[in-house]
Amino acid sequence: MNTIVVAQLQRQFQDYIVSLYQQGFLDNQFSELRKLQDEGTPDFVAEVVSLFFDDCSKLINTMSISLERPDNVDFKQVDSGVHQLKGSSSSVGARRVKNVCISFKECCDVQNREGCLRCLQQVDYEYKMLKTKLQDLFNVSFKLCENLLVLLVYSFY
Amino acid sequence: MGVETESKFHVLAVDDSLFDRKMIERLLQKSSCQVTTVDSGSKALEFLGLRVDDNDPNALSTSPQIHQEVEINLIITDYCMPGMTGYDLLKKVKESAAFRSIPVVIMSSENVPARISRCLEEGAEEFFLKPVKLADLTKLKPHMMKTKLKKESEKPVAIEEIVVSKPEIEKEEDSSVIEILPLHQELESEQLEPMLSSNKRKAMEEVISTDRSRPKYNDITTSV
Repeated sequence: MNTIVVAQLQRQFQDYIVSLYQQGFLDNQFSELRKLQDEGTPDFVAEVVSLFFDDCSKLINTMSISLERPDNVDFKQVDSGVHQLKGSSSSVGARRVKNVCISFKECCDVQNREGCLRCLQQVDYEYKMLKTKLQDLFNVSFKLCENLLVLLVYSFY
Repeated sequence: MGVETESKFHVLAVDDSLFDRKMIERLLQKSSCQVTTVDSGSKALEFLGLRVDDNDPNALSTSPQIHQEVEINLIITDYCMPGMTGYDLLKKVKESAAFRSIPVVIMSSENVPARISRCLEEGAEEFFLKPVKLADLTKLKPHMMKTKLKKESEKPVAIEEIVVSKPEIEKEEDSSVIEILPLHQELESEQLEPMLSSNKRKAMEEVISTDRSRPKYNDITTSV
């Protein structure tokens, strides 16, 4: 029965998003982000989140290059990258990524290359983890929409 | 003449980060403002119609060709930008006879009290810590109303038509998305994230707000 599927998916969606908050993947800022979405801009959250992940990928790449040679690290570049990443993760509500950025900045400030490399690895891990989680969430919400649509169509008969 | 239709406030948003521009644009649109975004201070000045002399960057003049056709009710700018910082932009705007009446708001991801007071002293109306929230933008309406009322008072209109409309603080109703479950409420009860950071910021903002005397609406209407 379609209605049962819908109820299950709703439950799944709700539980999943709550768990993301409880596990610290997301913070309050993510809810703020959702407030900005409406009928006129139904893809806003997805777009912003997608832009964020693209930023992560690019910035991690350039920072990795800056940190590559032990004798010639461009800490200014790294600092700029961390600053941007901290800003966007903070705006999106990507709590874990943001927290790594805080430590990352500290390593950068004291020009600790090893520390920076560790943080870089961690940031990479965290953003990819979040990406997977949000992908799952979007998949559930998509299935939910599909099923709601089916319900709606059948309600005419 | 009939009642004047209330046109939207037009905000000029300045930020070098594409991501942040997207965010502030949506925030402002959601608060019923018309938005123009630019990625630098110099582009902001260009948009306003201030010609920046290439030989002497400190010299400013209003370009004879580009006169300001677009009415800007507020400028909101990031602080940390390459080249011209938000603070530099603020100074240039306040130094210009033509545009100093436009309220300027500064945004920054860093909470540096010295920076904040410097900006406020230079004439910034507000200082927002990033990430900027919808609730923060409700503070902008009074500042934008000032410029609109001022402009309307300069027009030859009957006094009765200048309505001091209450600042329409947009209700943040999320009635749009087909949400069967009241997810926001669910989330609020499950919230484990300590609200400390946002409360702290609120406290800071309150300190900033009370330090500055706000012009009351009474003063504006009597100037009509």
